[in-house]
Amino acid sequence: MHELGITRSIVEIAEGHAREQGATRVLSLTVQIGALSGVIPEAVEFAFEACSQGTLLEGARLIIDAVPGRGRCRACGAESAMDRFTYACPHCDALALDTVQGEELRILELEVD
Amino acid sequence: MCIDCGCGPTDHHHHHHEPGHAQDHGHDHGHSHDQGRRTLRIEEDILAKNNRLAGNNRARFGAKGLFVLNLVSSPGSGKTSILERTLRDLAGNIAFAVLEGDQQTDQDAARIAATGVPVHQINTGAGCHLDAHMVGHGVEHFDLDATDILMIENVGNLVCPAAFDLGEDHKVAVLSVTEGEDKPIKYPNMFHAADLLLINKIDLLPYLDFDLEKCKAYARQVKPDIQILEVSCKSGEGMEKWYAWLAQGANRKKT
Ligand SMILES: Nc1nc2c(ncn2[C@@H]2O[C@H](COP(=O)(O)OP(=O)(O)OP(=O)(O)O)[C@@H](O)[C@H]2O)c(=O)[nH]1
Ligand SMILES: [Zn+2]
Ligand SMILES: [Zn+2]
Ligand SMILES: [Zn+2]
Ligand SMILES: [Zn+2]
Repeated sequence: MHELGITRSIVEIAEGHAREQGATRVLSLTVQIGALSGVIPEAVEFAFEACSQGTLLEGARLIIDAVPGRGRCRACGAESAMDRFTYACPHCDALALDTVQGEELRILELEVD
Repeated sequence: MCIDCGCGPTDHHHHHHEPGHAQDHGHDHGHSHDQGRRTLRIEEDILAKNNRLAGNNRARFGAKGLFVLNLVSSPGSGKTSILERTLRDLAGNIAFAVLEGDQQTDQDAARIAATGVPVHQINTGAGCHLDAHMVGHGVEHFDLDATDILMIENVGNLVCPAAFDLGEDHKVAVLSVTEGEDKPIKYPNMFHAADLLLINKIDLLPYLDFDLEKCKAYARQVKPDIQILEVSCKSGEGMEKWYAWLAQGANRKKT
């Protein structure tokens, strides 16, 4: 359900840009989805076909650029990989990781005709 | 006033999901139709529109010295019950207004109205969360100058509301002890987004296997500096700490 709304926004934003540039259809679009964004790429892929029907994006190829999570420790300053389930620093065990990467939810580019 | 979408206070029910809304702002499209295949670099945040409107809300609330909370939880954890008790107990001390997000019924709004506090219901229909645009129009029903704290009860759902900033000062997550202590690591985004966790229905602890300490540890695992209060709106236990937290937040916004 969440991804349905997100996917609708993706289609709406992309179609707006495509129209503005005088495109008649979108061949592909690249979307960046961070591992900490709470959005599941597979669910967006699943929703995309339904959401793009009847728009300039119908039939377009959806390319998902998955961005891994990274955090920086407020206690020791080290950077490390980070998943959604623990904010503990692997170097010093402090529960003090701030997200530096992985919350992205962004349309990068469109290939249009 | 909705600066971005340009809709006035009265026409706000008509444009939310019209597919043409985003692009019918009067751009001139009579150019460059035959450029062939090309790549458009966009780099646009998918939540940018919501975030922009949330920023507008936040600026407006800030100018009024309003303390704004966004209550999130799974269905039935006790958001409305907490509000009812809070509004009754603090009547005369703090001026509240309540926005009720609900998918179907207006029962929650009716329960709030019975306390005498101004309430407006936002029907989200098929939508499973409130967004900043709905909130921006929802508060048009209140006299914000006469309000200290705006409470927004989000739709009961631990997934989407995490992603949608409404312009609040804090998200407050409510988790009841009947739901199991592992909710924070099952829905980490929501608990990570919250600044305060209310563990509700603690009057039921004697009848359950709920591990309170484990629950708190899980919450801190996904949000190291989350504040946690244990409450029961049935017995009233722990409510004073919540009221103190509210009063402190409201005072901070006033000054
Ligand atoms: N024992 C006990 N029951 C509670 C407590 N708080 C709420 N309840 C009960 O829990 C049920 C759900 O409470 P609500 O306040 O409607 O929950 P809600 O989070 O607003 O629910 P939705 O808006 O549907 O998501 C009701 O039957 C309440 O009486 C509590 O502290 N102790
Ligand atoms: Zn560290
Ligand atoms: Zn509007
Ligand atoms: Zn409720
Ligand atoms: Zn939603």
